[in-house]
Amino acid sequence: MKVHLKVWRQKDAKSKGSMVNYDLDNVDQHMSFLEMMDTLNEQLTLKGEMPVEFDHDCREGICGTCGMMINGQAHGPVPGLTVCQLHMREFKEGDTIYVEPFRAMAFPLKRDLKIDRSAFDRIIQSGGFITANTGMPAEANNLLIVHETAESAFDSAACIGCGACVATCKNSSAALFTSAKISHLAKLPQGEQEAAKRVLKMVSKMDEEGFGHCSNTEACEVKCPQGISVLNIARMNWEFNKASLLH
Amino acid sequence: MNNYIFQSTLSRKNLMAVTGLFLCFFLVIHLLGNLQLLLPANEANASFNSYSALLSGNIFIRLISYVLYFSLIAHAGDALIITLRNRKTAVKYVYDDRKQVSKWYSRNMGVLGTIILVFLVIHFKDFWYVYKFGSLPYDRNGNKDLYVIVVSAFESWWYVVLYVISMLAVGYHLLHGVKSAVRTLGLYHPRYVKYVQLIGTIYSYVITFGFCIIPVYVHLSQFGL
Repeated sequence: MKVHLKVWRQKDAKSKGSMVNYDLDNVDQHMSFLEMMDTLNEQLTLKGEMPVEFDHDCREGICGTCGMMINGQAHGPVPGLTVCQLHMREFKEGDTIYVEPFRAMAFPLKRDLKIDRSAFDRIIQSGGFITANTGMPAEANNLLIVHETAESAFDSAACIGCGACVATCKNSSAALFTSAKISHLAKLPQGEQEAAKRVLKMVSKMDEEGFGHCSNTEACEVKCPQGISVLNIARMNWEFNKASLLH
Repeated sequence: MNNYIFQSTLSRKNLMAVTGLFLCFFLVIHLLGNLQLLLPANEANASFNSYSALLSGNIFIRLISYVLYFSLIAHAGDALIITLRNRKTAVKYVYDDRKQVSKWYSRNMGVLGTIILVFLVIHFKDFWYVYKFGSLPYDRNGNKDLYVIVVSAFESWWYVVLYVISMLAVGYHLLHGVKSAVRTLGLYHPRYVKYVQLIGTIYSYVITFGFCIIPVYVHLSQFGL
């Protein structure tokens, strides 16, 4: 099939970017979106032009490295997918496809579709961990955790940190990402001890990095490839209010 | 307690939520009072005026009214601060289709709020100010005759239209606001989340319908309908 691409090209963080048109003739509908981008890059390389740079790693939908705005939607039009799991059969012959990077003040653009999401890492570093003694691992069944609690904590832990929630939020809020980590640890006895300190530090870091307020529009939940629930945001707010009043 | 909690994005939203929910509570009381306007004209006149006199004479109600004024100002002021920060963090896409994944009224609370603010200025000027500081005739029970002011205001059709449009703005504001406020406060437990949503939705419909029907009814009753 044939597609017309409009891709954001930007030389580096400082230069001004713009949309550049490309036509691709031999796109197979079974290609993933990234394979289609590879095809484009192959053509560009053969022509001696710089390929379009974009983030990707596992291409199995589990690492959270890839991510771009496709036709104005984070990870493209299909909910619950990362870009690497989006296939060209979702598009029609002759479609014009807009490809842009995830944009946010806290995610500075590095080149083309490549962005710097280390703000997420710094939020995790500020408190998204538990303090444990070193030595031999403890016997797993010493700490009894109800099955439903374990499952619920795991649902929150499923966040892959791709940044689609921020990109799709009208305020560039990182509430879903931050709350997923806070909830994951707050639900388990291992994380409970430091819950108050953690939520205050992580929320403070989140604000400092330049993410906006959460308006509860729930767009993030719809576009999250892992289906992280907005109930995590409610829990973060609860933990934050509790910690603010008691600590 | 540390200093940070007063400047956090979450605490700013807390203020929005608490003041918003108080205003929601006030709307119920306001609506209950206004429903007296649906009584037959004679009864409505006496009942509405004595209710207004009761409210303005009570010291407890007066204290609550200060909380109400504070809530209105804090809600609007906080919204402005939040919006300014969000403006700063918001980004532009060449092709933006993000609207597909959220409700229009959840993204436009500021626009709806501004419509409500403009309405409130008109509403305060025409009724609150007149009642508090204007010279009003007295009814036969010796109460200020607010009823006459209300009925004569709703005689003109454009005033009724203005009210209905403003109430629709209130309705959509509530439809997102109630559940958003509850979530902001973190009272959004997975077990009863659907009840919170249901109550928020029913509440919004009841308030909107209630406040819309009154001016329309008063307007139509001048023609003896």
